[in-house]
Amino acid sequence: MRLPTLFRGSILLILASFLAGCSKLVVLNPAGDIAAQQGQLVVIATVLMLLIIVPVIFLILLFAWRYRHNSQRAETDYAPDWDHSTKLELVIWAAPLMIIIALGALTWITTHKLDPYRPLERISAGKSLPTDVKPLEVQVVSLDWKWLFILPEQGIATVNELAAPVDRPIRFKLTSSTTMNAFYVPDLAGMIYTMPGMQTELNAVINKPGVFHGMSSHYSGSGFSGMTFKFHGLSEDGFERWVEQAKASGQALSRDAYLELARPSERTPVARFASVDETLFQRVLNLCVAEGQTCMHEVMARDARRNRAHTAGVALAAATEQSVCTASESFDLLSN
Amino acid sequence: MSVSAEPTAAPHWLLGRLTWDSVPMSHEPILLWTFLAVVLGGVVMLALITRYRLWGPMWRDWFCSIDHKRIGIMYMVLGIVMLLRGFSDAVMMRLQQAMAFGDSLGYLPPHHYDQIFTAHGVIMIFFVAMPLVTGLMNYLVPLQIGARDVAFPFLNNFSFWMTTAGAVLVMVSLFLGEFSTAGWLALSTLGNQNPGVGLDYYIWALQIAGVGTTLSGINLLVTIIKMRAPGMNLMKMPVFVWTSLCTNALIVASFPILTAALVLMSLDRYVGTNFFTNELGGNPMLYVNLIWIWGHPEVYILILPAFGIFSEVVATFSGKRLFGYTSMVYATVCITILSYLVWLHHFFTMGSGASVNSFFGITTMIISIPTGAKIFNWLFTMYRGRIRFEVPMLWTVGFMITFAIGGMTGVLLAVPPADFVLHNSLFLIAHFHNVIIGGVLFGLMAGITYWYPKAFGYKLDPFWGKCSFWFWLIGFYVAFMPLYVLGLMGVTRRANHFEDPSLQIWFVIAAFGAALIAIGIACFLIQLVVSYRRREQLRDLSGDPWNGRTLEWATSSPPPAYNFAFTPVVHDVDAWWDMKKHGYQRPLGGFQAIHMPSNTAAGVVISVLSLVWGFALIWHMWPLAIGSFAAIVLASIVHTFNYQRDHHIPAVEVIATEDARTRQLALI
Amino acid sequence: MAHSPTVTGATRAYHLEHEPHPENGTALGFWMYLMSDCLIFAALFATYGVLGRSYAGGPGGAELFDLKLVAINTAFLLLSSITFGFAMLQKQLNNKGGTLAWLAVTGLFGLAFLGLELYEFRHLIHVGATPQSSAAMSAFFTLVGTHGLHVTFGCIWLVVLMIQIAQHGLTRANKRRLMCLSMFWHFLDVVWIGVFTFVYLMGVL
Repeated sequence: MRLPTLFRGSILLILASFLAGCSKLVVLNPAGDIAAQQGQLVVIATVLMLLIIVPVIFLILLFAWRYRHNSQRAETDYAPDWDHSTKLELVIWAAPLMIIIALGALTWITTHKLDPYRPLERISAGKSLPTDVKPLEVQVVSLDWKWLFILPEQGIATVNELAAPVDRPIRFKLTSSTTMNAFYVPDLAGMIYTMPGMQTELNAVINKPGVFHGMSSHYSGSGFSGMTFKFHGLSEDGFERWVEQAKASGQALSRDAYLELARPSERTPVARFASVDETLFQRVLNLCVAEGQTCMHEVMARDARRNRAHTAGVALAAATEQSVCTASESFDLLSN
Repeated sequence: MSVSAEPTAAPHWLLGRLTWDSVPMSHEPILLWTFLAVVLGGVVMLALITRYRLWGPMWRDWFCSIDHKRIGIMYMVLGIVMLLRGFSDAVMMRLQQAMAFGDSLGYLPPHHYDQIFTAHGVIMIFFVAMPLVTGLMNYLVPLQIGARDVAFPFLNNFSFWMTTAGAVLVMVSLFLGEFSTAGWLALSTLGNQNPGVGLDYYIWALQIAGVGTTLSGINLLVTIIKMRAPGMNLMKMPVFVWTSLCTNALIVASFPILTAALVLMSLDRYVGTNFFTNELGGNPMLYVNLIWIWGHPEVYILILPAFGIFSEVVATFSGKRLFGYTSMVYATVCITILSYLVWLHHFFTMGSGASVNSFFGITTMIISIPTGAKIFNWLFTMYRGRIRFEVPMLWTVGFMITFAIGGMTGVLLAVPPADFVLHNSLFLIAHFHNVIIGGVLFGLMAGITYWYPKAFGYKLDPFWGKCSFWFWLIGFYVAFMPLYVLGLMGVTRRANHFEDPSLQIWFVIAAFGAALIAIGIACFLIQLVVSYRRREQLRDLSGDPWNGRTLEWATSSPPPAYNFAFTPVVHDVDAWWDMKKHGYQRPLGGFQAIHMPSNTAAGVVISVLSLVWGFALIWHMWPLAIGSFAAIVLASIVHTFNYQRDHHIPAVEVIATEDARTRQLALI
Repeated sequence: MAHSPTVTGATRAYHLEHEPHPENGTALGFWMYLMSDCLIFAALFATYGVLGRSYAGGPGGAELFDLKLVAINTAFLLLSSITFGFAMLQKQLNNKGGTLAWLAVTGLFGLAFLGLELYEFRHLIHVGATPQSSAAMSAFFTLVGTHGLHVTFGCIWLVVLMIQIAQHGLTRANKRRLMCLSMFWHFLDVVWIGVFTFVYLMGVL
C-alpha cells in the first residue's frame, strides 16, 4: 500500500510548505489596517468567483471524460443538432451576472472606503480612532533612485528609511522629482503613484511594531531594483528616539542639499537630516527648487487668467485709448 | 529636464549619430556570440536557398504574392521566428531572477536587463501574437466566407511587409545601438527618458508595423462586409469570421490612438515639444491615458480570434453544432464595445478618485459576463457530443481551464482596493501571462494544428503535438503559479535583484517551468520537421481531414489559387456540414476562366524604403531620412500608375486543377 | 443555378454556375481609413483639450490668433470643397475637361490655404510662440500642422490624379479614385471646422 502513503505524505508536505509560506504572504497577512482590509477583499473576491470557477472547471473535466468518443455515453446520448436551450442560456448569463452584481456592489463600497485620499476612520478592527489624534504628516519625494521622507511636524528628513509610531494614523503627501514611481509598503497599505509636478495622498496606519519592507513598485530606470527602504513600526518612545537620531545628524536639508541629493545614485545608504527648509516640499512639487526657476502653481494661475486678462485689457484700452500689446500690460491696466 | 538632450558628439552629416561605439558587441560577450550565431545561421540559410535554386520562386511566388493564403503563411513564419527571439528574452529574465539575491547581482547588468524585459514584451505582443493572429485571419476568412481573396490584395501584401520591416528594426537594435529600456508601452521613465536610440527603435518599429496592422484591419473588415458568398448573411457566418469582424473593427478603431501617442512622443524627442515633459505645461499622464486607450482594446484584438478558433475546434471535434450561436455573437459584440470602457483599470493607483476608479472597475467586471457565457457555450457544445481528443481539442480543454483561472485573477485585479496591493506585482505578471498563454497561445497552437493540413496538404504528427501540448501546459503552471505566490508576498515586477533570499526557491521553480516550456517549443519545432518527413503517411487527400463544418474544408488541401472553382451558395450556419448532409456532389465540369489579382513587388519595395526611413530617423541621418521619405512617396505614386493589376486564370488551367483533384479524391 | 440531386430528393443550389461580380469595396474601405484618420485627429483634439491652456507663462490664444486671417483661410478651404463638388458634377456628366478644370481651381485654393497657414506659423514663430515654448503651443502646432500635412498630401494626390485622368480619361478606376479624393477633401474640411471652432474661436475667449 505504498501509493496511498505517498499520496498522503505529499499532501501533508504541500500543506506544510503552504503554511510555512503563509506568513510570508504579506498581502494576506499585513501589519497595517488598510492593507489588512485590502487583503481581506482579495480573499472575499476570490471566494465569490470560485463559486463559479470551481463548478466550471469540474464540469469541463467531467464532460471531457464522459463524452469522449467511444465511451458509453457518447454512443447513447449523442445529440449532434442540439444547440439551443433558453433555460440554460438564462442560467449561463444570470449566474455570472449575479456574482458580478455582488462584486460590483462590494467594489463601489470598498473603493470609497479604502480611497487612499480618505482619512482613516479606525485604527484597526476593534480599535476605533481616538477623537484627539493628529495624523503624522509625512512628505514623500521619489528621486533617482531613492526615497526622501520629510516629517514637517518634527522638522527632520531621512533618505531610504522611515518610521512611525504604532497605532497613529499617517498622512502621506507624495510627489516625484523627475519620473513616475510608486510608493509601496505592503505591510502598511496599497501603493500610490508618485508623479512629478503632481501631489498624491495616502492615509494609513501601522498596527504592529517591526521592520517592514518598502519599495518602488513602478519601474523607473536602471537603479529601480535598489530603490528599497525599511519602514519601522515603533512605540511612542522608540519613535521619539528615532527622531532624535535624525536631529543629531547635524545635516541640514537646504534647497542646495536637495539638489545635490537629487543627482542620480543607486542603492543609496540611509541618510538623516536634522532640519529641512520649510518651503522645500512645495518647491519640489512645483518644480522650482533651483534658483531662477518659476514655480508651476504661479505659472498655472497666470495662464488661467491670461486670455481673459488680455481681452479685458484690450476692451479697457479701447475705452481709455491706451495701447495694449501683451498680457502683462493687460494685468497692469486692469489693476489700475 | 528636457527629453531631447543635446548629443555629446557632433553628428556626422551623413551617418548622423551612428559611430563605431554604437556597435555594442565589443563590450557585451552575450551579444557577440548571438551575432556570430545569427551570421552563421544566416549564411547557412542563404547557401541552402542558393543550392536549391529557390531565389526565383521565393521572390516571384511568395514575396510578391498577393494571395491571402501565401501571405497568411508568411505571417505565421514571421510570428514563429520572433517567438524564438521573444522566448530567449524570457529565459534570460528567468535566469537572472533565479540568481540575483543578496550579494549576487546576477549576470545581467541593469541596463541590459531593462532592454530584455522591454524587448520581450514588445516582441511577444507586436511581432509574435499580432502576426500569428493576423496570419490565421488572413488565411481563413476568405475561405470561410466563400471568397477568392481579400478585398484589397495588394494592401494585404504591403501590410505583411510593413509588419516585417518593424520586426527587422527590432532585430537590428540588437547589433547596432541598443533597444528601449522603458517597458513595452514606454510609459516608464516618462520625463526622464534616455535620449539615445533605444526608444527611437521602439517608436519607429511600432509606427511602421502599425501602418501594416491598421491597413490589414480595414482590408479584412471590407472583405467580411462585402465579399461573403450569396446566402451567407451575418448570422450564418462561422464564429471565427464573427470574431475576425470584431477584431478588425477593434484594430481600425484603436491603432490610430497608438499612432497619435507615438507621434506626440516622437515630436517631444525630435522637435522639443512639450506634450509629455514635466515642465512648460506638459503632462506625462496624458501619455498614460492615450496609450492604455489603445492598450486595452489591443489585448482583445489578441484574444477574440482565439475565441473564434476554439468555437470552430470544439464544434468540429465534438461532432456537434456550436451551442448558442446567437449568444456567442452577441457576447463577442458586447466584449468588443465594452473593451473601450475599461482602460483606467491599468492605473487605478494613479489616484483618480473613488468614483472614477469604481466606474472603471465595474465596467471591467461586466466584461467577464459575456466571456463567461462563451466558456459555458463551449462547455455545452461538448455536452452530449462525441469528443475526439485530437491535438487541437487538447489545446482547447487546456485553454478552457487555464483561461478560467486567468480570467478570475483579472476580475480580482479589477477591484481597485485589491489592485492597490497587487498592481505591478508578479501577481499581475502571472495574470496576464495566464490569459495570454492560456488564451492566445493555446488558441494559436490549436488553430495551427487544426488548419495545418488545409494549408500544406498533410497533418502534423500527433505524437509530437501531444508532447508539445503537455510540456506547454505543465510548463506554464510550473512557471507562473509561483509568480502568483510571489505577488502575494509583495514582490514587484521588472526588478533585476532581490534582497530576501527566501524568495529564491519560487524563482527557481519558475525557471524550471520556463525550461519545460522550452521543451514544449522544441517539440513543436521537431513536430514540423518530422511531419514534413512523414508527409506521405500524414497526407490529407480529401481536403476534409477532421470532418469539418465550415467552407474551407470544401476545398482541396492546399486549396488552388482561386479557392473555389464555383462560388458557393450558403443555406445554413456550418455551410460545409449542411452541404455534406444534403449529399452535395462537387461539380466535375463546366469550369470557366477565373478573374484574379496579380502579384506585385510594390509592397516589398515601399516597405524596404520605410525600413530605411525608420533607420535613418533613429540615427538622425537626415539626408537619408529625407531621401527615403521622398522615395516612399514616389514609389507609391508610381504604383498608382499601374492600372494592370489583375489577370484571368484560363479555363484550361482551372479544368486541369479540378481534374487533378477529382483523381486525388478517387484515391481515398 | 446548379442543382445538386440529393439522397433525400430535395434540390438546393450549393454553388453559382456563373461568376458573380461582388461590389467593389474601395469606397467602403476608404471610408474606414477616413474614420481611422478621424481617430488620430480625435486624439490630437483631446491632447489640445488637455494641454491647450498650458501657456507656461507665454502668450495665449487671445494674443496670438489673428481671426481675420483664419477667416480668410477658412473661406479658401470651404470654397475648395465647393469647387471639388463642381468637379464631381462634371465627372457625372463624363466631361473630362470640365473635371480637370475644376480640380485645378480646387488645387489652387488648397495651395492658397497652405500658403496662408505657413505664413501664420512663420509669424507665430517670429514672435516667440514656437512649438517648443509651451504645451499649448505644441498642441496647437501639431493639431493644425497635422491638418495642413493632410491638405498637402491631398494636393499632391490631386495633381497625380489630374495627370492620370488626362492620360486615361474618366475610366471606372479613375472615377473610384476621384470618389476617394473627394471624400478625403471634404473630410479635411470637416476637421477644419472643428479646428477653427475649438482652437481659434474658443482660444480667443
